[in-house]
Amino acid sequence: MVGSIPASLTAEAVAARRRRARTFSPWLEAWRRFRRHPLAVVSGAILLAIVLAILLGPWLWGHPINAIDFTARLQSPSWQHPLGTDDLGQDLLARLLYGGRISLAVGLAAMVVAILFGTIIGAVAGISRGWVGSALMWLADLFLSLPQLPLLLLVIYLFRDSLKNAFGPEGGVFILIVIVIGGLRWMPVARLVRAQFLSLREKEFVEAARALGASRTRLVIRHILPNALGPVIVAGTIDVAAAIIAESTLSFLGLGFPPDIPTWGRVLFDAKDYLDIAPHWALFPGAAIFLTVLSINFIGDGLRDALDPRKVM
Amino acid sequence: MGQYLVRRLLIAIPSLLGISIVLFAVLALAPGDPFEELATNPAIPPEVRAALRTKFGLDDPVPVRYVRWLAAMAQGDWGFSFVSRMNVDTLILQRLPTTLFVIGASQVLALLIAIPVGVYAATRPYSLFDQLANTLAFIGFSLPTFFTGLLLILVFSIYLDWLPFIYRTDISATGWRWYWEHLRQALMPIAVLGLFQAASVTRYVRASVLDVIRLDYVTTARAKGLGERVVITKHVVRNALIPVVTLVALQMPAIFGGAIVTEQIFRIPGIGSLLISSILANDTPVVMAVTFILACLVVLFNLIADIVYGWLDPRITYR
Amino acid sequence: MGEPLLEIRGLKTHFATDDGMVHAVDGVDLTVHAGETVGVVGESGCGKTVTALSVLKLIAMPPGRIVEGQILWHGRDLVPLGPEAMDGVRAKEIAIVFQEPMTSLNPVYTVGEQIAETIRRHEGLSRRAALGNTVDMLRLVQIPNPERRVHDYPHQFSGGMRQRVMIAMALSCSPKLLIADEPTTALDVTIQAQILELIQDMKARFGMAVMLITHAMGVVAETAQRVVVMYAGRVVEEAPVEQLFRQPRHPYTAGLIRSIPRIDTAAARKTRLEAIGGTVPSLLDPPAGCRFAPRCRFAMATCRQAVPPLREVEAGHKVACVL
Repeated sequence: MVGSIPASLTAEAVAARRRRARTFSPWLEAWRRFRRHPLAVVSGAILLAIVLAILLGPWLWGHPINAIDFTARLQSPSWQHPLGTDDLGQDLLARLLYGGRISLAVGLAAMVVAILFGTIIGAVAGISRGWVGSALMWLADLFLSLPQLPLLLLVIYLFRDSLKNAFGPEGGVFILIVIVIGGLRWMPVARLVRAQFLSLREKEFVEAARALGASRTRLVIRHILPNALGPVIVAGTIDVAAAIIAESTLSFLGLGFPPDIPTWGRVLFDAKDYLDIAPHWALFPGAAIFLTVLSINFIGDGLRDALDPRKVM
Repeated sequence: MGQYLVRRLLIAIPSLLGISIVLFAVLALAPGDPFEELATNPAIPPEVRAALRTKFGLDDPVPVRYVRWLAAMAQGDWGFSFVSRMNVDTLILQRLPTTLFVIGASQVLALLIAIPVGVYAATRPYSLFDQLANTLAFIGFSLPTFFTGLLLILVFSIYLDWLPFIYRTDISATGWRWYWEHLRQALMPIAVLGLFQAASVTRYVRASVLDVIRLDYVTTARAKGLGERVVITKHVVRNALIPVVTLVALQMPAIFGGAIVTEQIFRIPGIGSLLISSILANDTPVVMAVTFILACLVVLFNLIADIVYGWLDPRITYR
Repeated sequence: MGEPLLEIRGLKTHFATDDGMVHAVDGVDLTVHAGETVGVVGESGCGKTVTALSVLKLIAMPPGRIVEGQILWHGRDLVPLGPEAMDGVRAKEIAIVFQEPMTSLNPVYTVGEQIAETIRRHEGLSRRAALGNTVDMLRLVQIPNPERRVHDYPHQFSGGMRQRVMIAMALSCSPKLLIADEPTTALDVTIQAQILELIQDMKARFGMAVMLITHAMGVVAETAQRVVVMYAGRVVEEAPVEQLFRQPRHPYTAGLIRSIPRIDTAAARKTRLEAIGGTVPSLLDPPAGCRFAPRCRFAMATCRQAVPPLREVEAGHKVACVL
C-alpha cells in the first residue's frame, strides 16, 4: 500500500469503509460524536442553566439591583440574600443575574461581528486571484500583532464620550466594546474561510456547478461556505468566551460600562478592595465568569471533535 | 540563518509601520481635543495652549501629523507627560524593566510546566493523568487572570499571610534578603500569568506531540532500538515544539493584556499600570506611547519566535 | 540454504477498532534462512507490512496486539520480550527499511546524526569513531561526497538518495536480517532498479538475509530466492522462485502471475489485462474457510467450510489449498 505506515493501516481502511456505509447525515453524526464527550455535554447543561437563570431570573427574583440599604451592608449569604450584599446593601444575586445579561449579550454580539467580518474577508480573499488575497492576509497578520487589551483601552478612552452622547451611556459603550472586540477577532475566521476556499476552489464539484452556469455568489454561498461551517462554529464558541473575558476585564479595570451597571467584571472591581472583610462579594461574580467561560470552552472542545474528528487510535 | 533573519526583519518593519498607522488613525479619528484636558487645567493659560497646538501641529492635515509623529517617535522624542511632569520616554523606560521581568519569568514558568506535562500526557493519551491534566488546563485558561489574582491574594496574603500583595521597588534590604523579598512579592503575579499561559500551552504541546508521535520517522527511530525515552525526548519533542512556538508567539498580544491586569491587581509599577493610570488621568501622550511600545514588543517577540523557529527547524534556514 | 534465522509460527496480530477486531495477520508461518532473500508478496492490506512490523514489535500496542504465535530469532522467542530486550535486537540483529523515504527520516537532524546515533547506541563508539563509520556507510551506499553530505539534512536529499540513507542507517550495525518493506514503491522506476541492486550488493557484502516485501511480482522474480504469497492475513503459498512462477499451485498466485502486464503476450494475443475479480474480504469478520473462496473460480463447498492448512506438495513448495 503506497503511503505512510500507520500501525493500524488495515483497521483504518476497514473503519472508513464502515463509516461510509452508515446512513450519512452530517448533523446527526456530529451530534453522536458530541454526545461522547461527557464534559462537553455536562457543560452544555450548565450553560443552559446559566442562560435560563439570566433570562428568567430577574423576573422570578424580585429584588431590585440597586436598592440601597445601609442596614444590610456586606452581609454574607443568607436566606434573604442568597449571595450576600455589597457595601451599599444591594442584593448580589439580583445584580449578578442582571449583569449576566450584559455579559452574554456582549459575548454573542461580538462573536457575530467577528464571524461576519471574518467570513466576508475570508471569502473575498479566497475567491479572488492575484494580490487581493495576499494583501488581505497580510492585513490579518497585522491585526494579529495588535495587542488587544491596550487597543481596546485606547479606543474606549478616545471614543467613549462621543458615543455616549450619540447612543446613551450603556448603548454607546456596548457598541464600542462589541465592535472593537469583534473587530479584533475576525482574523482566525478569515484564515479558516480562506483556506476552505482555496482548497475547494479547484475541486470538481465547483467546476461542475460553474459549468452549469452558477454565478459566483451562488457558488460561494451554496457550495463553498457550508464546508467551512464546522471550524467556523468552533471558532465562534471560543469567540464568545473570549469576548466575555474581554468585557469583564475592561469592567474590572473600571473602564467598561458605566459604574451603575453591574456587569460581572464591574462587581469584581467594586469588590476587590473589600477582599478581607467580604470575600463573598468577589467570589460570586468571579465564579460566575469562570463557570460560564469554562462551559463554553468545554462545549467548544466537544464541538471541535464532533465537527472535525481526528481520533487517536 | 543570517539570510533568514534578514528576511524576517524586513517583514517586521512594514508590520511596525502598519501598526503605527492603525494607532495614529485611531487617534486622528477620535473626536475631541487630546489637549482638551489642559483647557480645564488652570495652570496652563490659553496662549500656551494655542502655542502647544501649533507646536504639535494639531491643525495640520492628518498625513503630515502622522509623519511628524512617526519621525519624533523614531528619534526618541515621545512627548511630555503633563501629569507626571517628565518626558514620556523616561517614564516608560523607568517602568519597562519591571513589566519585562514579570512577563519573562511567567513565560519561563509556563514552559517549564507545560512542556513536561504536555509531553507526558500525550504519551499516555486518555489515561488518568491525561484527563486530569486536560481538565486542569481547561480550568486554567477559563479562569480570568483578574479572578485568579484575587483568589491568590485572598489565600496567600489575607488568610495565610505568607506573601505581600503590594509590589514595592524600594525594598530596604541588602544581599540575599533583597532577592528573597523581591521573589516573595513577584511570586503571585508571576504565578497568575504563568499558570494561565501554562494551561493553554500544555494543550498545544499535547496536541502537537500526538501529531508527531504517529509520524513515520518516529517508527524509524524506534526501529533503531533507541529506547522509548530517547525516541520521545530527542525525536518527538523537538519536532513537536515547532508549531507550539508559532502558537505561543500568536498569544503574545493576549499575554500583554494579562500583564496589564496583573499589574493593576498587584500594584506593580510597570507599563501596564502606567497605561491604566494615564487613561484615567487623560494623559494622551503617555497613552499613545505605551500602546505603541506594547505593539512594538509584540512585533519584537514575534521576531524572537521566528528566530527560535528557524533554530528548531532546519528546513526553514537551509533552503 | 543456511540455518533458519527467523521462524514465525502461527503469528496473529489483531487490532482493536471502533468497528471491531481487525484480524490483520491471522496465522502466518514464515521462515527466513541465513543468507537467503525471501520475497513476501500480496496485494495491499494482506498483512505483509503488519507481519514485518510485528517481528520488531513496532506495532502500536494500544490498538494492536500480538495475540498468538511465536517469532523465533535464533531459536529465541521475541514475542514475550520486554522493550529493553527488543531494543537490543532492533537494528543490531534485525533491521528494517520502510517504504516512504520522504517521511522516514527526522527532518530536524542531519543524516549523519541519525545514522551515528544508531551506531553509538549499539556499538558504543565515540562520536568521532561513529562519524567515521557513518561516512563509510554513506560511501558504501554510493552517496557522492559523503564527508560533506553527512552534515546535510534529509530535505536536502532526493527520494532515491534518502532511501539509500535509510539503507545505510539500517545496515550500520551489521544486522543479520534486513526487512525491506516495499523499499521501492514510492520511488521512480529508474531509481527502483538502482535501489534493488544496492540491496543485493549489500546482502552479498554483509552476508545477511533479506526479507523483501512487495506487491510487485516482477521485483520478486528478480531478487528473491524463495517467495511467500500472502492473502487476507494468511500465507497461501510458499515456493522457490522459479517453481512459483513456473507452476503456481494456488489459484490466487496463478491469478497474480497472470495479471502481470507483459509486452510479448499482450501484443501477440491482444488480450485484455487479466485481473482477479472481486475484492479483498473484510478483515473484521473474515469468512470461515478459505479466504480466497469468494473470488476463486475453482471454489468448492469444502473450501468454504474450513481453512486449508499449509501443506507441502513438493520439496520446499507449500500450498494452502485443497487442490
